[in-house]
Amino acid sequence: MSAKTSTKTRLEKWSIRKRKNSEETNIAGYIFISPWLIGFLLLTLWPISQSLYLSFTEYSLLSEPVWIGSDNYVKIFTDDSTFIKSLSVTFTFVLFSVPLKLFFSLMVAIALNKSIRGMNLYRTAIYFPSLIGGSIAVAALWRNMFGADGYVNQILAWFGIHGPAWISNPDTSLGTLILLNTWQFGSTMVIFLAGLKQIPQELYESASVDGAGKVRKFISITLPMLSPVVFFNLVLGVIGSFQTFTSAFIITRGGPINSTYVYAIFLYEKAFKHYQMGYASALAWILLVIVAALTTINFFASRYWVFYESGGGRAK
Amino acid sequence: MKPHAKFTNHLLLTVFSVLMLYPVIWWIGASLKTTAELTSPSLWPATPMWENYTKGWSFSGEYTFTHFFGNTLLMELGNVTGGVLTAAIVAYGFGRLRFKLRGFWFSVLLLTMMLPGQVTVVPQYILFNKLGFVDSYVPLVLPHFFGGGAFFIFLLVQFIRGIPRELDEAAKIDGASVYGIFLRIIFPLVKPALVTVAIFTFIWSWDDFFAQVLYLSSIDKFTVGLALRMFIDQFDIQWGQLLAMSLLSVVPSVAIFFFAQKYFVEGIATTGLKG
Repeated sequence: MSAKTSTKTRLEKWSIRKRKNSEETNIAGYIFISPWLIGFLLLTLWPISQSLYLSFTEYSLLSEPVWIGSDNYVKIFTDDSTFIKSLSVTFTFVLFSVPLKLFFSLMVAIALNKSIRGMNLYRTAIYFPSLIGGSIAVAALWRNMFGADGYVNQILAWFGIHGPAWISNPDTSLGTLILLNTWQFGSTMVIFLAGLKQIPQELYESASVDGAGKVRKFISITLPMLSPVVFFNLVLGVIGSFQTFTSAFIITRGGPINSTYVYAIFLYEKAFKHYQMGYASALAWILLVIVAALTTINFFASRYWVFYESGGGRAK
Repeated sequence: MKPHAKFTNHLLLTVFSVLMLYPVIWWIGASLKTTAELTSPSLWPATPMWENYTKGWSFSGEYTFTHFFGNTLLMELGNVTGGVLTAAIVAYGFGRLRFKLRGFWFSVLLLTMMLPGQVTVVPQYILFNKLGFVDSYVPLVLPHFFGGGAFFIFLLVQFIRGIPRELDEAAKIDGASVYGIFLRIIFPLVKPALVTVAIFTFIWSWDDFFAQVLYLSSIDKFTVGLALRMFIDQFDIQWGQLLAMSLLSVVPSVAIFFFAQKYFVEGIATTGLKG
């Protein structure tokens, strides 16, 4: 009898303690994540909802926003050729720069994933272009290299080719920006490199025993094992290049004849040059919907090519 | 590896490195050239114009680059401190503690990584404008104190999940609270990953031209990037001087990368980004 009650009280005590514990960690959990949570509410959630509201208004910062219904959206879709132009420029940019960057960074990561002497030096050399980022420094460099009598054309002249003024020619200007973006593949490559290091070495060893060659190993081991990382880079790459801004803003200023007028510049100028905050917010929401749609497509498509070990070989 | 395979490896890597660095090599040479020499195909000038550096350093007359570098480093100090301090705290909450709606908030965190910054920039600007923070460093630095960004939090959560739970349990038996466990167990162990966060924060904020051009308008507060933009906007650009100053502007990032590069790859590798 007494043994029974003591078990009972012990159980009760235990469950009370457990409840108390879980309340404690509940509070502690929120205390720990509070910096992010406050930031999220203040600088993300509130601005997003505000942006949605503003997109239905006319607002110049000077007076209060005026509700105009869907006028901004109607105007964007029916009466704004710059919108179509900037969207097509951006799509072209994404379509070329994302695959190019993925391909190059993967190839280079594989080449760098070896333990040979002086690897640190090679890695720094190859990462260097990415360090200078989208700074003015790069703008100065690129304008000079790809100018009418810039370095690139001097080299082409040796081969008897008369190159155009790459940056001031509307046919080639976007190409120079795509090239710049590809040249700066460093962070994508580092993520690939990290992924490569996680592939268990035993897989390659046992494949060697089975007589698999280099190409075979790459196709049957490296690619599937790395596919989640490829996917990660693809998703972030599409999202990132859709927002490309700095290089087009400082190297070409969106020109010539709007050939590099990417969506982000369009949005920036509407907001901070013309102070059409409502119109710019509508543009931002359209961008959000496009990016969300592309990301969703990416996630659905990933079922067919991304390999997850823990999911028994099938996508999660 | 066989000797000849090793040799081809080195050869390939060298050729590729040179190819990647070629524009940079040209850049170094060009920063020492006169404007007339810039169009000549030689990499190196006949006589190096070292005054490109001295003249460029004080091109604006009013302020020298000492001032602009000082401004940028001050901003960086705030950014890196904010990111390192708060990212670890938030990541511990997500990585170790159980609380209501944890899964929900974590998915929200991951979703914000995919959110285009343009959607929030206009209302954020309006907010900072109303608070009177436009043309100050507050809009640039403050966001870093809210967990340092979703990417870093995610990175650290993955890292913390890799730390054996037995360490926490042992500390708990010794009577440590969740705060004690964070301070005495997790924080010291997470330091290598925090170095990665610090480096990335430094380099990315150095390059974050968009926020700088948006929020800083008086020359007195200009960062190096904005000072260079002022330079490039001049009517008669002194290209040699501009290229010299541009080159100096990338030195901090390059130096940091070179000395801390093992944290770059390992910091990401150990966090198990695949998970």
